[in-house]
Amino acid sequence: MEKSLYISPSPHIHGGDSISKNMYGVLIALIPAFLVSLYYFGLGALIVTLVSVVSCVLFEYLIQKFIMKKEPTICDGSAILTGVLLAFNVPSNLPVWIIMLGALFAIGVAKMSFGGLGNNIFNPALAGRAFLLISFPAQMTTWPLVDATSAFPLTYTDAETGATVLSLLNEGVKELPSYTSLLIGNHGGSLGEVSAIALLLGFAYMLWKKIITWHVPVTIILTVFAFTGIMHLVNPETYASPFLHILSGGLMLGAIFMATDYVTSPMTKKGMVIYAIGIGLLTSIIRLFGSYPEGMSFAILIMNSLTPLINAYVKPKHFGEK
Amino acid sequence: MLIVLTGICVIAGAILAAVYNMTAGPIAEAQALALEQAIKDVTPEFNNRPSEEAFMSVTPEGDSLKIYPAKMDGKLVGVAVESSNKNYKAFSGDIKVVVGFDAEGKILNYSVQQHSETPGLGAKMQDWFSDENKPKQNIKGRQMPEKGLSVSKDGGDVDAITAATITSRAFLDAVNRAYSAFMNTDATSSATSNNEKGGNDHE
Amino acid sequence: MNNWKVFVNGLVKENPTFVLLLGMCPTLGTTSSALNGMSMGLATMFVLICSNMAISAVKKLVPDLVRIPAYIVIIATFVTVVQLCMEAYTPALYASLGLYIPLIVVNCIVLGRAESFAAKNGVVASGFDGLGIGLGFTWALTLLGACREALGTGKIFGLAFMPEEYGSLIFILAPGAFIVLGYLIAIVNKLRKA
Repeated sequence: MEKSLYISPSPHIHGGDSISKNMYGVLIALIPAFLVSLYYFGLGALIVTLVSVVSCVLFEYLIQKFIMKKEPTICDGSAILTGVLLAFNVPSNLPVWIIMLGALFAIGVAKMSFGGLGNNIFNPALAGRAFLLISFPAQMTTWPLVDATSAFPLTYTDAETGATVLSLLNEGVKELPSYTSLLIGNHGGSLGEVSAIALLLGFAYMLWKKIITWHVPVTIILTVFAFTGIMHLVNPETYASPFLHILSGGLMLGAIFMATDYVTSPMTKKGMVIYAIGIGLLTSIIRLFGSYPEGMSFAILIMNSLTPLINAYVKPKHFGEK
Repeated sequence: MLIVLTGICVIAGAILAAVYNMTAGPIAEAQALALEQAIKDVTPEFNNRPSEEAFMSVTPEGDSLKIYPAKMDGKLVGVAVESSNKNYKAFSGDIKVVVGFDAEGKILNYSVQQHSETPGLGAKMQDWFSDENKPKQNIKGRQMPEKGLSVSKDGGDVDAITAATITSRAFLDAVNRAYSAFMNTDATSSATSNNEKGGNDHE
Repeated sequence: MNNWKVFVNGLVKENPTFVLLLGMCPTLGTTSSALNGMSMGLATMFVLICSNMAISAVKKLVPDLVRIPAYIVIIATFVTVVQLCMEAYTPALYASLGLYIPLIVVNCIVLGRAESFAAKNGVVASGFDGLGIGLGFTWALTLLGACREALGTGKIFGLAFMPEEYGSLIFILAPGAFIVLGYLIAIVNKLRKA
């Protein structure tokens, strides 16, 4: 920061205090989803989240202190948030060492290699998840089965495994969980993505606290709904109902908590809408025609990389400009 | 200009012709050896040249697959069938396998020749279905059931590769097609083998 | 310039992979294991030495107008020789590298050295330049392949040092090639400047 008045279109780091204020606000908004995951996945959810948060904070501290040689800023909450989001994006029976590798990749490669908070191109938690998904596909795609009758089950890596709604769809299975269980979270999936209601609660809280605006999440959900809806109308046999698509997989979690990351999403409202439509389209295309059952994380990462371009073309107008 | 360019091309052509002549033999040998090795891996001991006696066989669905008969002293001991998946799509690309059966139609072994499945998932098929410590996923030594092999999720009794059911289905499809091609030619193949045996005797 | 200097130049100071960033396609595509990387490097080195010397020998005969086509024909000839020999005598290696061998023709290192060095220097010096650049390319590819193999499968040159399931598959796939290459370039540049 040699220049005292350095104005760039994006991303703007909020002034000192508000980074941590917003980060902790997002963390509060994630509490309902965390409680739901504790209820269904029990001990596994707790271990995975703790390990992920602790390793993210630890790696951030070590890298800032010993490699970048500057004052560690772990108190701003961004590493904690990355840790929580990473944990929310993985199955709750993931072994500890895999989570730690994911945290190392998220913090070390996706965040610190680019220069730390505010300079990263990709959402660190999602980059960590993508790394894990490609590196350990077997462990990352076997989810623990949910037993609705027992609250807080004491199982971790020994949990019985099953498939998610989307992987069932991809394999052509016809009996799928009901919409009710999709809403409350009574089905297989990654830790934080199972309950649509809990995630929407968090969304409402963040809107109320003005941490995020509605543009990105609502546009993503509408785009996916429209695209999968049209495909469903064309051929209901092959393509599942749009309601199923917006309620299943990481769509809600990604749209509300990860696509809205300040650093990696566009600045202007118009830019946000373009970015969100891109995510919605890519997600639907990967889900319907790709070989991976879920495309949310890849869609967000691809649009992350286009964010600087969107910012360059969709600039805020100067006062008086036509 | 023209002369120089032509000259260079002529010299280059001459060098290549010489190298090609030199390597043509070893290349053909190496390719034959690779096929021979694959056949040897999946069939009982034989002493004929299966690649020379190979013939095409038609499956009930009407596709032809190549069958390599393995014979010991003129008696058919097993076959190797070159097959690929067709009814079930693999994750990406086709899966090409050579499946070996004994004369009674029991699966002896298989060898995956070509695939483009995901490493760590579908790509494990060469080891997965031949793990002798896990009878539920091992297909070696199995007598083929009437309807062919299928994964346990589809009501069969073969455990699919963890998180790679699609690959497993495609793989078993290739095995099933190999079997049906072999079964379809059982009569003809013994006829051919008799003829050839006769032919050999006259020589 | 003496031949020793020409030779050493390619190893570090003008290392084709880490400094000149030339020939990225085979660099990223073939380095899924240390052995593959090394074989690709050696094949390229052979082509570099031969084509450098041949081009340097004919440089006075070739008119400027058809320089590039003439060079390409010479390079393509040597590449085809490598390809045929590999297919004949090392079929296993050919199976894993086969696709990339013809691409040596369009590898910008080879044509680049022909244009910038062999066309201006004598046969012997060009040979040493090919050797230096080729060895530089080879060690870079071997290092990259070794890192990717170690991180991805827990082996180096096929020798296991940890159980394979602890390897991160991404490193033997395309994205891992980019990530490892990026870090290696950063480290090499840091060391060169230090």
